[in-house]
Amino acid sequence: MQQIFNFIFKNSNRLLFLLLLGISLSLTIQSHSFHRSKIISSANFLSGGVYEKINSVSEYLNLKTQNEALVLENAKLKSLLFNRKDTTVVAKLDSIKGVAPKDILVSKVIHNSYNVHENYLTLNSGSNQGVKPDMGVINSLGIVGVIDDTSPNYSTVISILNTKSIINAKIKKSNHFGSLIWNGKSTGFVQLIDVPRLAAVRKGDTIVTGGQSVIFPENINIGTIDKIEIDNQTHYYTITVKLFNDMTNLGHVYILKGKNQEEIYNLEKKEKDE
Amino acid sequence: MNSTLLINIFRFILLLAVQIIIFNNMNFLGYVSPFPYILFIILYPVNANRSGLLLASFFIGVVMDMFSNSGGVHATACLVLAYYRPYLFKFSFGLSYEYQTVKLNDVLTPERFTFILLSVVIHHFILFTLEAFQVTFFSDILLRALLSTIFTIIICIVIIYLIKPNKR
Repeated sequence: MQQIFNFIFKNSNRLLFLLLLGISLSLTIQSHSFHRSKIISSANFLSGGVYEKINSVSEYLNLKTQNEALVLENAKLKSLLFNRKDTTVVAKLDSIKGVAPKDILVSKVIHNSYNVHENYLTLNSGSNQGVKPDMGVINSLGIVGVIDDTSPNYSTVISILNTKSIINAKIKKSNHFGSLIWNGKSTGFVQLIDVPRLAAVRKGDTIVTGGQSVIFPENINIGTIDKIEIDNQTHYYTITVKLFNDMTNLGHVYILKGKNQEEIYNLEKKEKDE
Repeated sequence: MNSTLLINIFRFILLLAVQIIIFNNMNFLGYVSPFPYILFIILYPVNANRSGLLLASFFIGVVMDMFSNSGGVHATACLVLAYYRPYLFKFSFGLSYEYQTVKLNDVLTPERFTFILLSVVIHHFILFTLEAFQVTFFSDILLRALLSTIFTIIICIVIIYLIKPNKR
């Protein structure tokens, strides 16, 4: 017994080091494992609060670009409104799918990262405002990411510029599906993989979100095709997509609150358990 | 409460604040960012409590991870640096480093520069390796670590000169 105590006292530094190393390595590995929320994230009262304070100062610096983005979005919505065939008829709700399946929450990006392989954003609304993990985040130009973790007043978003993110996307013209990933190289480009070779793709075609995911509704803009490569081993296309969004300059974003998202998840979970 | 402890607590908070508010937003060429917050570990007194340093550097890393959403990457890198610090001292200042009080915030000698260089290289290499966590990014890791090391060292030396107490 004495010897055990002696050993512990003699090697206390080494044991402390190994203990802390074990904790930090497990935190690291846990954060890299796919689709599991982190133990330590910036969605908390301390870092969220600090980022909100910093953002309240720095948002003045890009008021101009934010205003321009808003004016452009207004113009787009106005043109939709004016170009309707009959302005007196209110659009019918989709009777097969039920009433308006999405609610929209407005939120603000208070911290943005784009210089590492796994990028996350921090938003200033959380579970008190009804944000839940796995909701989609978009802005006026296109998709931004998917909610990862929430705290009462803040939430973190897995940016599309994250090597862990996989989003279902399709070519707008031909409805061929693929998965949208990021190879960690450039902030302006993402990759669309697993597009079958019989799909007709051309440079400049628009890529939009596909209807297979519960997170995003169909036909939300992502970007245009910049480069097309054929993978010789799998015979699928690997398409480089130029994003509409400038991910390095994000202001206000919209969180898509799917009304029947939870129901679909529960149903799929039940299926799996059986 | 002695003054060394107070100075270190003050340094802990100040360096973290400066890192988070200013240096985390610096992205030179899109991916080179400096991490001068490790000055806390570098400048920690030579003969002070070692387990205290281990705990403090673990916590400074955890706070950094919290703010940059990186899991436990900074914590691991800081912890390893803190643990191997005595060996780095021995390497750069010779065996008798414990008896002569080494003061880092003084005139820059080759020994001091070697120590800072080695510390920054070790920290950054572990940091970027764990951050990418994939062998396919290896050339990318090396490039990032190299460029960030240069950037961090320049800023560290500037900070050391700025906070150096004036003796005249």
